[in-house]
Amino acid sequence: MMQPDAKTQLEIYRRMSLLVTNDERSRQVIKAGRLVMPYYSYRGQEVIPATLMTLLNDDDYLCTIYRGIHDMLAKGMPLKKLWAEIAGRVDGTCKGKGGPMHLTYPSRGIMVTTGIVGSTMPIANGLAWGAQLEGKGQVSIATFGDGASNIGAFHESLNMAAVWKLPVVFVCQNNLYGEHTRYERSTSAARIADRGIAYDMPGVRVDGNDPFAMYAAAKEAVDRARRGGGPTLLECMTYRFHGHVFGDADAYMDKAEKQAAIQADPFPRYRADLIARNIATEAELDAIDAKFAAEIDEAVEFALKSPFPEQNELITDVYGELA
Amino acid sequence: MSEGAGTIGKEAKLEKNNVIQAVNRALTDAMEADDRVLILGEDVADPEEGGIAGITKGLSTRFGERRVRSTPISEQAIVGAAIGASLIGWKPVAEIMLMNFTTVAMDMIVNHAAKLRYMSGGQTNVPIVIRTMTGSGFSSGGQHSDYFEAWFAHTAGMKVVAPSNPADAYGMMREAIDDPDPVLFIENLPSYWVQGPAAEKGHRVPIGKANVSMAGTDVTIVSYSRVLNEVLAAQAMMAEAGVSAEIVDLRTIAPWDQQAVLKSVRKTGRCLVVHEAVKPFGVGAEIAAVVQKELFGLLKAPVERLGAPLASVPFSRPLEEAFAPRAQEIARTAILMVKGG
Ligand SMILES: Cc1ncc(C[n+]2csc(CCOP(=O)(O)OP(=O)(O)O)c2C)c(N)n1
Ligand SMILES: [Mg+2]
Repeated sequence: MMQPDAKTQLEIYRRMSLLVTNDERSRQVIKAGRLVMPYYSYRGQEVIPATLMTLLNDDDYLCTIYRGIHDMLAKGMPLKKLWAEIAGRVDGTCKGKGGPMHLTYPSRGIMVTTGIVGSTMPIANGLAWGAQLEGKGQVSIATFGDGASNIGAFHESLNMAAVWKLPVVFVCQNNLYGEHTRYERSTSAARIADRGIAYDMPGVRVDGNDPFAMYAAAKEAVDRARRGGGPTLLECMTYRFHGHVFGDADAYMDKAEKQAAIQADPFPRYRADLIARNIATEAELDAIDAKFAAEIDEAVEFALKSPFPEQNELITDVYGELA
Repeated sequence: MSEGAGTIGKEAKLEKNNVIQAVNRALTDAMEADDRVLILGEDVADPEEGGIAGITKGLSTRFGERRVRSTPISEQAIVGAAIGASLIGWKPVAEIMLMNFTTVAMDMIVNHAAKLRYMSGGQTNVPIVIRTMTGSGFSSGGQHSDYFEAWFAHTAGMKVVAPSNPADAYGMMREAIDDPDPVLFIENLPSYWVQGPAAEKGHRVPIGKANVSMAGTDVTIVSYSRVLNEVLAAQAMMAEAGVSAEIVDLRTIAPWDQQAVLKSVRKTGRCLVVHEAVKPFGVGAEIAAVVQKELFGLLKAPVERLGAPLASVPFSRPLEEAFAPRAQEIARTAILMVKGG
């Protein structure tokens, strides 16, 4: 197994720390009534983008979903731009017009965030097609949930990507639920990864909460795409700690399973592991955590002070100007 | 055409062509002018004969299968691939074989192509063309002949065009490809082979500009796509009855040329809108609403609309023939508007 070097291990930690802290703060801010928005917490799923995105460059492309702020932050979206956007303010990435489900930030390759289940994949293919034509070795990532693997667009996209040998990685974050519906009650295949077989594509199931396993699987897939070896379907096993949408009462979830998942939270485990293996000292990791906490606080205050967009924004950006 | 040896290498001047040839020429010229223009769709490459009507014939041979790609029968994946490539500067022309098949790709078209510019606050845009064909009269029955332009015209962010003749088809395709937003380009299947004057190479027809096909004084008839030709036929019948029609070929449905329509109706005082799509909630309803609001005091008769009845396109020949508005009915309606009942 390809293990990340010490520097990358720390880089993975840095991203996990950012994501965990940002999720915590998001829930606090919403709970306190300072922000009104639908919030699809990614808490529990941080390892997936924290590892994957260390393998990507700014000009690699990402299409992500409503439960995707972890993907974006790990890909390099600036905190102030993110927070201003989810607050609907003019300093947001999209001038407040996209909101938490439609963040876009092309300078870091964050091309599409969609609220439609299954719709990252067809567009990620197009980005991959463009990259293939460009010939510079860029790759395109589509992230999506387990539920999305039952949508037609998933199947159309995997087939096309395989036929066209596109430089794309399909990253399924299998958190065992689609809204309130349990995986087995909606999905015929025991493993989504096995659906790769139908499209003559490597399908890999990986423990998406294990940073080293996740890193190795992601590296193989990204490398394959980069060298023109075609697409990969990655099924990353994970769990969401806070239900479908913030405020969700979770009655449909297995209490014991949820408790066990939270007990096994990969973040403190990874932190302890880094210290035990002398990759970093506790003080060094504390400093990383503190730095992000301060940056996030600053971003929240910045966002809430940023003005709302002018009324004329309501009707701008519908069409562009003719050249 | 008698051209000497001195003209070798120069394009022989085409006098007439049909829409198939016009669109093929427009795509060829656009791909030649800009190597970011791409084509994708079912059967579009030459191993698949350039599509069921041969519209894209020759293009993959000339420009390579990297730029002209036959796709699986996967409409969401086709439009999605076009969207993705367009986000990073390519200019894809995606073919959705028949307009009824756009239904399978509605999420990609409506939720993504049309909205990404707005939702991203103008950071991204989707400069794609979706070519599609449709129309009754081809014995195809209920799932292969519908005009759904009103759905797309009702979607913020979409542009919708429907040329009625080969020269406009050429000029509008060139503009659609260079347009910064998604353009749905509607071709009429039954009239594909009708000859008309050929456009000069590089001819452009701006999106959003109507054309007065025929000047007149008594009634304005607004139409587009194949039915425009029924309107032209009706005009002759009306002339015999002493009624002078001004015919406005809308060409672009969204955004439609209000100025041109209002200017004409201001002159004639009467307005009839004719389209093949079913009448209720159609494009005619929008035009009628605007015309009556803007020119209420000036109108000499209520704005009239003609369109298909609220029905699926039938198979049986006499029923299919009765589906879309015909010249006779158009003439009768317009004459009645002018002369009264
Ligand atoms: C096409 C479509 N159908 C239904 C929904 C409503 N919906 C939003 S999220 C969701 C569950 C998706 O589950 P999954 O793909 O596993 O992703 P997760 O939310 O677990 O990350 C559903 C059904 C939607 N947004 N889009
Ligand atoms: Mg899920």
